[in-house]
Order: sequence, then C-alpha cells, then structure tokens
Amino acid sequence: MRLKGGSSLWIGGGLVFIAIAAAVFAPVLALTDPVMGANLMNAEIPPGWEFPFGTDAQGRDIYSRILYGARVSLTVGIVSQLCNSLIGVSLGLTAGYWGGWWDDVVSGLTNLMLAIPSLVFALAIMAILGPGLVSLVVALGLTSWSYSCRIARAQVLSLKGQGYVQAARILGYSDLRIMFTQLLPNILGPLIVIATLGMGGAILSEAALSFLGLGIRPPFPSWGSMLSEARDQITTAPWLSVFPGLAIFFTVLGLNLLGDGLRDILDPQSTSRRA
Amino acid sequence: MADTLLTLDDVAVHFTVGSTLKGGIKTLRAVDGITLDVRPGECLGLVGESGCGKSTLALAIMGLLAPTRGRVVLDGSDLGQRSRLETARLVQMVFQDPYASLNPRQTVRRTLADPLRLQGVGRAEVDERVMDMLAKVGLRPEHADRYPHEFSGGQRQRIGIARALILKPKLVICDEPVSALDVSIRAQIINLLLELKDEMGLSYIMISHDLGVVEHVSDRVAVMYLGRIVEQGGWQEIFEDPRHPYTRALIAAIPDPFHRAAITAKAKATGEIPSALNLPSGCPFHPRCPLKAERCVAERPMLEAVSPAHYAACHFRDRLG
Repeated sequence: MRLKGGSSLWIGGGLVFIAIAAAVFAPVLALTDPVMGANLMNAEIPPGWEFPFGTDAQGRDIYSRILYGARVSLTVGIVSQLCNSLIGVSLGLTAGYWGGWWDDVVSGLTNLMLAIPSLVFALAIMAILGPGLVSLVVALGLTSWSYSCRIARAQVLSLKGQGYVQAARILGYSDLRIMFTQLLPNILGPLIVIATLGMGGAILSEAALSFLGLGIRPPFPSWGSMLSEARDQITTAPWLSVFPGLAIFFTVLGLNLLGDGLRDILDPQSTSRRA
Repeated sequence: MADTLLTLDDVAVHFTVGSTLKGGIKTLRAVDGITLDVRPGECLGLVGESGCGKSTLALAIMGLLAPTRGRVVLDGSDLGQRSRLETARLVQMVFQDPYASLNPRQTVRRTLADPLRLQGVGRAEVDERVMDMLAKVGLRPEHADRYPHEFSGGQRQRIGIARALILKPKLVICDEPVSALDVSIRAQIINLLLELKDEMGLSYIMISHDLGVVEHVSDRVAVMYLGRIVEQGGWQEIFEDPRHPYTRALIAAIPDPFHRAAITAKAKATGEIPSALNLPSGCPFHPRCPLKAERCVAERPMLEAVSPAHYAACHFRDRLG
C-alpha cells in the first residue's frame, strides 16, 4: 500500500506530533494526578463533562492516565526500535556486503530470532532484568531486529552488483565508506518504513508485556497496563479499554503514515519532492 | 619491460559452480590463460561475444576479482602489493550501464569530489578539479549540484567518464561504454573518449562485442573466445588480414552497406557460443567453424605468430587470408 506522499506525511506527522505533545505536556494537560488522583467516590464514571474519558475502578481520570501513558509507550516504542534498527542494519549491511562466514553467522542468528517469537525472548530478558521502563526498552530493543536485518541484507545483495558500488571500490573507498555512503542511503527507504512499523509493534509489545505484569508496574499508567486492567470491566465499563485502545491505534497509524510519507521525500526520484 | 603499462602473464579466473550434492562441482573457466600487454598511450580493443570472459578479465585487472593463476602487473607492481587508494590512481573504469553506475543519492559534485578527498586533496583544489573535469567532459558548471536522474543517458555516461578520469589514472578500462546508449550519441561519447585520451595521455582497454566501435578507436586488437585470446595484432592485421575464422566472422557481422569488405557472409559463424562449463574438445571454436577439419576436434591450436606482431590460434592460420 502506498498512499500519496504529501497527505500521508502530514496526517501521520500530525498524529505522531499529538502523541509526542501529549507525552511532553502531560503535567500541564492532565486534569488530575494519574496515580494519586484515585478517589473511590468517582469510580467507573462514564465519559462526561467532568471526566472526558471516564474514570476507572479506583476513580482515576482515564484522560490524565492516557497522557502519562503516552510517555511510557513512546519512549519504549522509539528507543527500542532505534536499538533494533541499529543492530539489524549493522548486521544486515555487513553480512550482505562481506558475505562469506559472517553472512552465514548473521543469517543463522536472524533465522533463530525469527523462529522464536520475539515476545518470548523479551519475556526471558524481562524475567532476568525484572519489570521497569529500562528493562522494557532493553528487552524489546534486543529482540526484534531480525526484520531490519533481513531487509538490509536483501537490499545490499541486490545493490552491491550495481556499477556505482563497484566504481566506489575502484575509486578507493574503504568497505565501511562504501556501506555508509553508497549502500545505506539507497536502502534507507524500506528501513524507515520497517522502523515505523516496528515502533508500532514495540508499543504493542509493551502493552502485551504490561498485560502479563512484566512491563510498567501499576499503579503507574502505560497504555498496555491500562488495557489489561480494563479486561475485567470490558462489558460494564467499555471506556476503560476503548480510550487506551484508541490511543494505541492512532499512534501506530500515525507512525505508519509518517513512515510512508518519509519514504516518499527521501526518494530523490519521487515527484512529490519537487512539487 | 619498461615500455608496458599493463602486463598480463597467463592470467586465469576460474569459478566453481554447483555443489557436491547436485551432480558434482564444476569449474567454470571464465578466463583461461591470457597473456597481454598494454603500452602507454595505446588503446587496446578487446572483442568477443557475450560470455567470453571480457568483463571478468576487466574485473581481474581492476583487482575486484583475484586471478586463480597468473600475474597482473600494472605500472611495475603486482595488484596485491598496492593499497586500494594507490590502485585507484592507476586504473579506473567506465561502466556499460550509465543508469546503474551512478549513485542515485549523490550529486555529481559529490561523486567527483569524494575520490579526490580520499586521496587527501585540499578543498580548494578539489573544487577546481571537479569544475575542470566537468568542462572537459562537456558538462556545464550548474550540472554539478544535480542528481543523476536529472540527466539523459549520454550525459550520465559523460559523468561516468568524468568520475573515471578525476584521479588522473594511467589506464582506463572502458567496458562497453556505448552499447547502452542511443546510436545517435554513441559517436559523441567515443570521440570524447578519444579526445580525453590524447589530452590526458591515457591508455585504454576498450571492451566491446561490437567490432565497429573497436575498429574506430583501437591501435591494437585482441579477440577473445571462451576465455582465451584467439587472435591478437595491430589494427591493420586484424581488420585487413584476419587469420582466425572467428575474427572473420565478427568482421563479417559489422554492418557494411557498401560491401567494401572482402569478407562475405560465407565467413559467418553458425550456432551459439558453447558453455564455458563444458568446453568442446580440441579447438573450442570447431563446432561453429566453417573450416573445421579432423585435426581441429583432436588438437587445440596455440596462439602462434603469423607475423611478428600478429598472433592467431588456428591450425589454418597460414592458409587463410
């Protein structure tokens, strides 16, 4: 699926901007404290004027908790995907360019990571490190680099026979310089798309780990832990799951649209750049 | 030999293909024992059909492929003895496909300036040399900050030539420099290459399957067939007195509307080039040769002298012509 460059960039960028703004300005925008704002007198009030997104079983304002939850979700999503991209691209680029035994090692490792669900790996790491934001980022940042790696390697394999890569060697470029100046800029498009998808995936994985009690510890909010807490009341108080769900949905959608739009401007042959 | 720039001594490049599980490993003799030299200021034409090993030989000369056997001596030193940066100052290459041979994400300026910077040339001199080179290949200064996709095929090939010459190499390998271009601009590019050769004192190896191009530019010609040289000599010997039936077939294939050439359609080779994996016995050209005799099936002809500077690998080299 390829949306028109301009609109997807702006819509995606807008959604991601809103999510980031929510995270940064959470203390200003929040109506109550996300943790200490509990008041059993206000338990499970449906969305209305006083509490726009309603309240949970402890009477905490869902709107305020979503704002603070954005901090966790975005930090985990962005930082862990940056780690994944860095690992995946370095391994894929070198494996594709050098080939030989290094390629065998990297390909084997990639297949291993693909064969075992990354969430299981992340669970194992979380079990060792214990719950918390840093261990979440580490666990998710070390476990889903295999897609970036595969894409980078496949792209490099198809590009390294191109005349300009051979020309660079003949012109005296070192291998690392060839990788950074000739190969990387030409494989960046698909990698950015993969990275934005991966950020969405990491946000979802954070939700899954929080759901299993390994993510952010309650009472501090993250979108995932809010969803898991809302599980029991999904029929009686649906707003508890709807609003964190929508927050995840729009953030992931925004990241995907942004990736799509970025791919278009990063490609100098696309017409939208000149338009 | 001080008067040669490049010396190839029995150079072979073999590839192994297949696996032990699927019918065994075979050796593909892409280049099989080539001895050649190129003198300063000379243009050597290297001719042959697709798949005869011309490009493999070019890669071996550039040092991008290690020869299985033999030596490649360029300007007095073996390839292995030089660093990549040193080799870059000696030998460069113009590629066939002007679309795949330029990095789509680099401006022309960057493409030309980076190799100079790697050699440690100062910023001011880099700028000056880039502009100078653009002018030499017939591009305007404002072209420097454009991306490759903004140029036509002929202009791209000019950029490719500028990139090959920016380090002032001694030898330039032109691998089918015009075969991907429109016929209408081929002559421009060929003439540009010839002008720059004289201006900068370059030597060329002009690789082509098109004898017409080679005829126009070469001082000497080597004809390759299945990884070996079958005939080698000066321009005049090759084009006016070819002794190998394969050379005659190639010359017969040059379009000649006025029928000036003495060689007619009778000389044409029949059939397809055999696989380099499964070479015919004896002379590798015998399945296609109009002069085939029993001896050709049994015995492989060596490259032997017809006259002092003219060699042919055919049992009947003295009867032809």
